[in-house]
Amino acid sequence: MLYALLCYNDEDVVWGWDKKQDGEVMARLGVVRDRLEAAGKLGPSLRLLPTTAATTFRKSDPPLVIDGPFAETKEQLLGIYIIDVADLDEALQVARDLGEANPGGAYEIRPLAVYNAGSAEAVAKGVVAA
Amino acid sequence: MSNDLAWINAAISAARPQAVGALLRYFRDLDTAEEAFQDACLRALNNWPKNGPPRDPAAWLIMVGRNAALDGVRKRSRQTELPPEEKLSDLDDAEARAVDRIDASDYRDDVLRLLFICCHPDLPPTQQIALALRIVSGLSVKQIARAFLVSEAAMEQRITRAKRIVAEGDAQFETPGPVERAERLAAVAAMLYLVFNEGYSAGDNPARAQLCGEAIRLTRLLLRLYQTEPEIMGLLALMLVQHARTPARFDAEGQIVLLEDQDRSLWNRQMINEGVALIDKAMRHRRPGAYQVQAAIGALHARAATPADTDWPQIDRLYASLERLTPSPVITLNRAVAVSKVAGPEAALEMIAPLSDKLSGYFHFHGLTGALNLEIGRHAEARVAFDRAIALANTAAEATHIRQHLDRLMLDHAPAGQENAG
Repeated sequence: MLYALLCYNDEDVVWGWDKKQDGEVMARLGVVRDRLEAAGKLGPSLRLLPTTAATTFRKSDPPLVIDGPFAETKEQLLGIYIIDVADLDEALQVARDLGEANPGGAYEIRPLAVYNAGSAEAVAKGVVAA
Repeated sequence: MSNDLAWINAAISAARPQAVGALLRYFRDLDTAEEAFQDACLRALNNWPKNGPPRDPAAWLIMVGRNAALDGVRKRSRQTELPPEEKLSDLDDAEARAVDRIDASDYRDDVLRLLFICCHPDLPPTQQIALALRIVSGLSVKQIARAFLVSEAAMEQRITRAKRIVAEGDAQFETPGPVERAERLAAVAAMLYLVFNEGYSAGDNPARAQLCGEAIRLTRLLLRLYQTEPEIMGLLALMLVQHARTPARFDAEGQIVLLEDQDRSLWNRQMINEGVALIDKAMRHRRPGAYQVQAAIGALHARAATPADTDWPQIDRLYASLERLTPSPVITLNRAVAVSKVAGPEAALEMIAPLSDKLSGYFHFHGLTGALNLEIGRHAEARVAFDRAIALANTAAEATHIRQHLDRLMLDHAPAGQENAG
């Protein structure tokens, strides 16, 4: 079963980390990711830039373009993992492991309906930020 | 667990501007607000590891800080005891109600006010920066002193003096009107850019270089509160595209590496992407401003894979609009660099010649004059300009950079009988 782990956290906190703190959290998450990857359970994972960089397109008539995220919330959607696991229990275990590596916030665990890998070159190379 | 402690510290510093800003609105006194916040932080360190972090750390800290300060007043006047710690641990309901009451627009104005009082016109720029770092960012006096290369005692004194000036001023606690809000935003933006530049010009002093990250953090916060302000988007974008180059700006010996010589693979692509996204957003508003234009110039450099790919004609046009927005000889000087690429060094020299009076004490004027003269083989003029530049260098790295030009001139083109010139 494919699940999306939607990572919610306070972006003021996460984007306030200095380089060292960020590196430490990423290293701890990397351990969990490597384990999942070795077991063939990890699909794409991605980190989003802060909501200040976001634009929202409201499909109203006429459509509205609004600066900022879709919803103003205490915690923001900051990243996504796609995982392939047997059931919800296993998905929750992944969330637990990731949460231990990076405390604070929440993961929303959403089963996938459709998944297209797409063909964008940067996605195929797996280095969107570069 | 140390992970928890790291998270708590990060949550506290992220909540600080909002919490101190709200406490300042309650108590209308900076010292009381800071003490109340300090008190709340101590309780958070006790409470959060046991009960887990609250849903809204800022609201928690405001509630607890306010209660603690009020208790302090009561205790001093009636000698009653503080409530037991357990009473504070179950704040969830109260916290939720408080969040409802303190709506987003209050928070916005609180943070803006807190930043704005640091922009007091009687405070010189360095004191504005020190005050903002102390009360908004919550850096310790020791950290700030290290960034400014002064003793802790001297910095303590400076900050105390700055606080007194702020306290004597009439800080406005009423909700600002639109015009006043816009003025405050502009003053705060300028102050945040000062913080950034203090870090950016620091060379390889890491204590000062961290000010860039701090300025970015605060500007991001400001933009989150004022999502539709193109100039705040522009300011953040400008900081990001400049800061993205930091890993390439100095070599292993701490010497400046010029833009055209930098290893572009060291540039932070994530920061550049964020900056470019922000400029795209800002441009849609069609309300150009100095930060947006400067950010757009920075982004054109960032987008060029090699120096030869740089879109100099477009940079020249952007500098021309910057000259219109904020006329200044320094901007004309910067434009001259673009002009030298588009129309040649002679045209650039012609452009900056009228600036020689106004910029006679400016390092970069003489540095550029020297470089342009060198390019067209006027070595004597180049040397005179470089000699002036070196005398005006602000950092050791700047001086070394000019010294290298001079050394090369001496070696390659030592003019007979002129060794002692200049």
